[in-house]
Amino acid sequence: MKIIETKKLTRKFGSFTAVDSLDMAVESGEAFALLGPNGAGKTTIIKMLTTLLPATSGEAYIGDFNINTQPNKVRKIIGYVPQMISVDGTLTGLENLLLFAKLYDIPPGECKPRALNALEFMGLSDSGKKQVHQYSGGMIRRLEIAQSMMHRPKVLFLDEPTVGLDPIARKTVWDHITKLRKEFNTTILMTTHLMDEADNLCNRLAFMSRGKLITEGTPQELKNSINKPDATLEDAFIHYTAETLSEGKTFSEVSRERKTSKRLG
Amino acid sequence: MNTFIRKTWVITDFEIRKILHDPTEVLMRAVQPALWLLIFGQVMARTRMVPGENYLDFMSPGILAQSVLFVSIFYGIAIIWERDLGLTHKFLATPTPRTALVLGKALSAGIRCIPLMIIIYILAALLKVHIIWNPVNLIGVLLFLILGAILFSTFSLIIACLVKTRERFMGIGQILTMPLFFASNAIYPIALMPNWLKVISHVNPLTYMIDGISHVNPLTYMIDGMRVLMIGSPTGFSLFTDFTVLIISSAVFVIIGGGLYKRVII
Repeated sequence: MKIIETKKLTRKFGSFTAVDSLDMAVESGEAFALLGPNGAGKTTIIKMLTTLLPATSGEAYIGDFNINTQPNKVRKIIGYVPQMISVDGTLTGLENLLLFAKLYDIPPGECKPRALNALEFMGLSDSGKKQVHQYSGGMIRRLEIAQSMMHRPKVLFLDEPTVGLDPIARKTVWDHITKLRKEFNTTILMTTHLMDEADNLCNRLAFMSRGKLITEGTPQELKNSINKPDATLEDAFIHYTAETLSEGKTFSEVSRERKTSKRLG
Repeated sequence: MNTFIRKTWVITDFEIRKILHDPTEVLMRAVQPALWLLIFGQVMARTRMVPGENYLDFMSPGILAQSVLFVSIFYGIAIIWERDLGLTHKFLATPTPRTALVLGKALSAGIRCIPLMIIIYILAALLKVHIIWNPVNLIGVLLFLILGAILFSTFSLIIACLVKTRERFMGIGQILTMPLFFASNAIYPIALMPNWLKVISHVNPLTYMIDGISHVNPLTYMIDGMRVLMIGSPTGFSLFTDFTVLIISSAVFVIIGGGLYKRVII
């Protein structure tokens, strides 16, 4: 069953087309990664699918709901972890979870047990009562994921989930994402720049460039599709996106990304 | 409507917890109004600017309203801050009415002002301002204070959504506060103003808020309960007018703010 489907989804910023007539589908229960150079339109797609950014034209469905006409219904069945920090540093871990539990209309009696469970699930039980500004980068990411899972969404959007994390923290975050998929059978749509992240976590990938989807398939299919023995995913990535690589980044994007890395690191 | 009220309260509730985790900021805010009362007020009291009335009585509600204005008008910077972090994105991806997000934050700005009210009352009492301690009057002042905070913090949020960067916001905030403050009856009666300034003053919501506070408040002689206490002050709106002006403008701002809030992230 298709849980995410886009039909000619397009977003323009002035004369620049960030996402160009995208047709894409994700099956229920899949973990799907969007890979592509900076400025390929990955984050813009996520922002449209999470109803944060209106589409210029085209349509998309999450579950049975249209993102253009039923945004509130879409919001109820999705969870979203933005690239930047999305928990409040002044609140404790537990409070951050309770806040979103309540915003997602979880019955009052169930908020606290569920938040405590989520802390335990993410290995944060000991830090639940600490203010989040005392957390490490990896703990913050796990808390953010827990926060977006409070209402057991059908689809979880992760925008570069391990950007700026050290290898150990990254591994822990990966383990928890895998565990979460097993336990709740959540469909995951993520963006990443890390080939091994996509290879490890996802069963299907798409390469994007300049707002268009270039090719998609399982990691193995993509590796096999280029004429090179023992090709890695990185080889495939370069093969498919190299000719379209551009400088692509604006000052504000670079500065935002560095800030995010610094805070998480 | 039920959802709206509940979600508004969820946002406010967690904003209150943030204040409780770190109350220093709120307490530091009390320094400025204290200086106005203790220094500016003491000097100006000697000018006998407001005929027949104790200047500190006249000024205390004005300073209370002024501190509410100063706290609230920079509230928008918190929205830009949260946007830069990524929190706003996450809030907007939840099924929460946008107006509830805006009103919840605005209401918490009002709650941030409550310690100011307590401190100003204590200072005013020490300065022998003629305070009316009737609970009805106190609640009335509180109501005006919270309404005023909602109004100005939402106004601030609207500006933040339009200008989007901290630098521009700080600039505009500075430009706005002083005219709002000086073109009001906070520290001198409107009767003393030249005519052109009176016109500005009458369209300034701060005037109504101070007027309202003066009505129910202590600080002015409320012997006849109504406006006359501010001797020489011809604003003389009824309490009902003050309240209506504040509540309607707050509602309009919250609706506009709710519409604009999503734009802060684009």
